Amino acid sequence: MNKAAERLYNGFIKENPTFVLMLGMCPTLAVTTSAINGLGMGLTTMVVLAMSNLFISLLRKIIPNRVRIPAFIVIIASFVTIVQLLLEAYLPALDKALGMYIPLIVVNCIILGRAEAYAYSNPPIPSLFDGIGMGLGFSFALTCIGAVRELLGAGKLFGAAVLPDSYVPIRIFTQAPGAFFVLAVLVALQNLVKAKRKKAGKPYEKLGSGCTEDCMNCSDQGCTRRFYDANAEKKPEDTANKADEEGK
Amino acid sequence: MSELFKVSSNPHIRSKVTTNGIMLAVIVALMPATGFGIYNFGPRALAVILVTVGSTVLTEFLFGLYKKKMTITDLSAVVTGLLLALNLPVTIPLWMAALGGVFAILVVKMLFGGLGQNFMNPALAARCFLLISFPTAMTAFECDAYTGATPLAALKAGDQVNVMDMVIGRTAGTIGETSVIALIIGACILILLGVIDLRIPGSYIVTFVLFIGLFGGRGFDPAYVAAQLSGGGLMLGAFFMATDYVTRPITVKGQYLFGIFLGLMTGIFRIFGPGAEGVSYAIILGNLLVPLIEKVTKPTAFGYEKGGRHHEK
Repeated sequence: MNKAAERLYNGFIKENPTFVLMLGMCPTLAVTTSAINGLGMGLTTMVVLAMSNLFISLLRKIIPNRVRIPAFIVIIASFVTIVQLLLEAYLPALDKALGMYIPLIVVNCIILGRAEAYAYSNPPIPSLFDGIGMGLGFSFALTCIGAVRELLGAGKLFGAAVLPDSYVPIRIFTQAPGAFFVLAVLVALQNLVKAKRKKAGKPYEKLGSGCTEDCMNCSDQGCTRRFYDANAEKKPEDTANKADEEGK
Repeated sequence: MSELFKVSSNPHIRSKVTTNGIMLAVIVALMPATGFGIYNFGPRALAVILVTVGSTVLTEFLFGLYKKKMTITDLSAVVTGLLLALNLPVTIPLWMAALGGVFAILVVKMLFGGLGQNFMNPALAARCFLLISFPTAMTAFECDAYTGATPLAALKAGDQVNVMDMVIGRTAGTIGETSVIALIIGACILILLGVIDLRIPGSYIVTFVLFIGLFGGRGFDPAYVAAQLSGGGLMLGAFFMATDYVTRPITVKGQYLFGIFLGLMTGIFRIFGPGAEGVSYAIILGNLLVPLIEKVTKPTAFGYEKGGRHHEK
């Protein structure tokens, strides 16, 4: 169970897909015009992420290495279709607000990235929690961005007016450029916190990568560890776990 | 030999031109347009100018305090603030003008590394920021003589405009863009002082005239072309914004290319776009292309074949 908690923490804070890994930028920038849209997109992605991680992990010994990417896509696309139909049936308003971006979850690089980097080489339960953790981190980030944009761009929060009528909304924040401004400022803020922690001698170490550097400011652009390649060095307990499982 | 030679690394020849001096020249050159803007739009124009300049200078000052590197004396913040004010309508709420100033200095200039590192003209970027954020306030043009539409909007709607009024500047518009005469006087000052040359403004205006003549729908009708030339921010943009040292190409060929691109884009925005004006968007779009323009127009170094390969033999 420790492992599960660790995966949740990892996805939410340490390797937050939006603020740290900078993955899944397309939905991040496009649908976060309001907090509720961000939250909806985040949770939808989380469901797909958790389920596809679980199934890819279960099938990891059956899927041949050479065709793993098409196999991942088929699994992910199936879950996206299920989620899309469910949303259409039960949450039509959200479905309408997110529009094209729901089918596009299939090509969201967080999902493929986690499948490739984690689920394909780890047992099902940690993979499930890895998906949930990453999904929560993604939802959290999108909700934050959406909330700031909605507050500044429309004077509202989750659809409710919170700023007085005399506030003149800065419309640019609900449009595309605003997404970039808000994302940049939020990333800068969390980098500031990290830099302070590093100075205090408490750097976050990225799991399994053996690297304490910040991926965004790293000079090694061809670094394969960025996506935590399955072949990259692993923590000893990961291999131990796997050996355990295989022993059964 | 009794003479001593001074040994030092390059550069050996130093120009007496300083950033400070150039900025001062630009401020002086902008004075006719500023003065006319205040005369045309009344004391509120002065208030807008003071607020914008105050906010840019204060932002630069505070950022300098934070970074412990004071750059305020190079006067570039004053130029940015003044240019921004000249690009705002006189009726704009003062807090919006101040917000524009903060955006120009903090986001566009300082966060990218200060003067020399900004990838876009800060004043124009701030104008576009305000234009997208507050479309109503930014297009509420007023002038005691003529209220309502700017000459360009009237022109686009097919109405007749008085070209003479536009040249003198007794029309609606932003504070600094209306008077062609005042802007030309300022441009002459800059050219005579050697601060700018005619490469960018010249190629910009010539391309624009050709484009307007070909696609404007009224041919090379002198009255129409003259109205298009003196309307909107074309003169202000061509002489004072497109020639910004930081955000223009440094190669000679590149500068012509840059001017031609701006002329084309301004024409496209004005004629085929939804709005009547397109100078600011054209220039910031051009600013973004500057690294590419410089890359393709890089001159071949002595001893190298075209394309950068060393001559082998």
